[in-house]
Amino acid sequence: MVEALNLALKQEMKKDPSVLLIGEDVGIDGGVFRVSDGLINQFGKERVIDTPLSESGIIGAGIGLALSGMKPICEIQFSGFIYSGLEQLISHAARMRWRSRGRFTCPMVIRAPNGGGVKALEHHSEAMEAIFGAIQGLKVVMPATPYDAKGLLISAIRDPDPVLFLEPMRVYRAFREEVPEEEYTIPIGKAAVVNEGSDVTVVTWGAMRWLCEKVISAHGDKASIELIDLRTISPMDFETILASVQKTGRCVIVQEGSQSFGVAAEISARLMEKCLLNLQAPVERVTSPDVPPPYLRGEMLTLPSEERIWRAIEKVLNF
Amino acid sequence: MSLVENYNPLADPIYQVMDENGMVNEALRPAGLTDDLLLQMYEEMVLTRMADDKVNKLQRQGRMGTYPSMQGQEACQIPIAHNLKKEDWVAPAFRELGIMMMCGVPLVDIYRYWGGFESGSKMPKGVNVLPVSIPVGSQLLHAVGIAWGLKLQKKSGVTVPFFSDGATSTGDFHSALNFAGVYRTATVFLCQNNQYAISTPRAAQTASRTLAEKALAYGFNGIQVDGNDVMAMYAVTKDAIEYARGGGGPVLIEAVTFRQGPHTSSDDPKKYVPAGEREMWMKKDPIARLQKYLQTKNLWSEDLQKEIDVRGAATVEKAVAEYEATPSVQIDELFDYVHAELTPDLAEQKAALQKALYK
Repeated sequence: MVEALNLALKQEMKKDPSVLLIGEDVGIDGGVFRVSDGLINQFGKERVIDTPLSESGIIGAGIGLALSGMKPICEIQFSGFIYSGLEQLISHAARMRWRSRGRFTCPMVIRAPNGGGVKALEHHSEAMEAIFGAIQGLKVVMPATPYDAKGLLISAIRDPDPVLFLEPMRVYRAFREEVPEEEYTIPIGKAAVVNEGSDVTVVTWGAMRWLCEKVISAHGDKASIELIDLRTISPMDFETILASVQKTGRCVIVQEGSQSFGVAAEISARLMEKCLLNLQAPVERVTSPDVPPPYLRGEMLTLPSEERIWRAIEKVLNF
Repeated sequence: MSLVENYNPLADPIYQVMDENGMVNEALRPAGLTDDLLLQMYEEMVLTRMADDKVNKLQRQGRMGTYPSMQGQEACQIPIAHNLKKEDWVAPAFRELGIMMMCGVPLVDIYRYWGGFESGSKMPKGVNVLPVSIPVGSQLLHAVGIAWGLKLQKKSGVTVPFFSDGATSTGDFHSALNFAGVYRTATVFLCQNNQYAISTPRAAQTASRTLAEKALAYGFNGIQVDGNDVMAMYAVTKDAIEYARGGGGPVLIEAVTFRQGPHTSSDDPKKYVPAGEREMWMKKDPIARLQKYLQTKNLWSEDLQKEIDVRGAATVEKAVAEYEATPSVQIDELFDYVHAELTPDLAEQKAALQKALYK
């Protein structure tokens, strides 16, 4: 996925001279995950810019860059460090178009590695997409595959409004997938039906997709599982979920982040509103508990596991 | 060497050209600051005060929302406008009726904003003034980012964020001045030190002797200036803007002034401003001071004042009439600018709300 993101950045920077990359250690170092590796050599230090260590500064100055006619891609080193920039994100980036009635806009991408499962330090394993999904005026994208990462990042860069682009760290180098060299886009706000099935719908996003795929490999003979990868948290493609659940009558939502007030809760509420009578069983959530992400020794205890996902599927099938 | 380069914020006294009695140190008076221009600025400051006071009156009558008056800070905002060009940008906080009006924001739109209409923040085309920014200190970074972007695009343009003493305590003040110093952006930070952040006095805000000297830590210069002295404000902002435009980098201006009114219409400063402090500052009032100077030059008369007042009242009343005729807020306006295009969720919510409200 790292190479796919690098390729997307390279192609968009080549195509559009107003695109620039700012963030901590994005230049010579290529970012701590090497997503911007080599870009400084190709585009120079006026377009790949190492900034002072301030997330609020990166997002706030990024807003100004966007207002001046540029398209900044702001890298936040880990999503767990974005909080000092939340005021800029919520109160300004996501609201400038609305506040100014379209006179001023903030076409910008804020990229951040997200989620756990890689034995990192405290604050390096956060999966708080629910917070970001609640921000009016902000799009929140989370690809799960290298192919989607490239196509969605290109769409995010071309979007006329701010996009928060959360990259599942656990998938960065987990496996290899051929990604086309040529440019392509994947629309923001469209989910993917990854596996077709008729007994139960499993909705997930980010790194959890890979656990769900493993569950399907292991238990596909016991149940026909339809798997949906949300790909965009907000605006959510509920239409795809609804069509699937109307067909299967059962739904399990797998969310890496903690349980309460989450994306899974939102999906569950909408299913109640839109297709109560289609449901053969209560909607089941598989999430982390409402505790801070544990340190590296204990993180696998709280993260959803294949076993917990399968048990939830069995529960709705046997209801 | 320019005025701002030459100033030592650690040692030099506050920069002043005209004292409280309207006596002018002619040696410091910049070329171009003619009596005609002073007369023009006098009228602009009077208009600003009338326009500002009108909001207070409308607020008390229930015809306006909560309002932060800028009374007393006119000299911080009017002279600088004469030194800005069309290509320059202003990033206001919320006590900036004067600079906004001077830079081409229609007074009626300023009234609309404070009266609760979103349409008030739609700046006219070609007017590079950002909408009001209420979170204290947050707009400084936008001004720095714009100047940085203009520099990267090889375009010229100076950016001026307005803020007050309270903002200097925020993290964004630090980040903004730090980024400006690192990238040498053409940003003139205009801090109106009006002595109070709601009830918290300047002395409780920072242990620094001056706010201007904070610039030194970011690798550029700061200057403390008498913010009630229209001549000093004209001279210093002219110099700082030219310096920034010429590639010299950022400048921090600490304009020492006084918030003569409450923080907002919901606040009562009698509770926390010590007895006598306001009276002491009223003697330094920027408009009265300029009037004294104009009188010594025989440029002011009661008749002239009447003319100025009549013209000002007409401008204000016209804006009020337009403001009061503003069409009511429509559901469309609230949904249509969230994103470039309405998302399916928003389209559904909009339809549902319209149905619920209007059947």
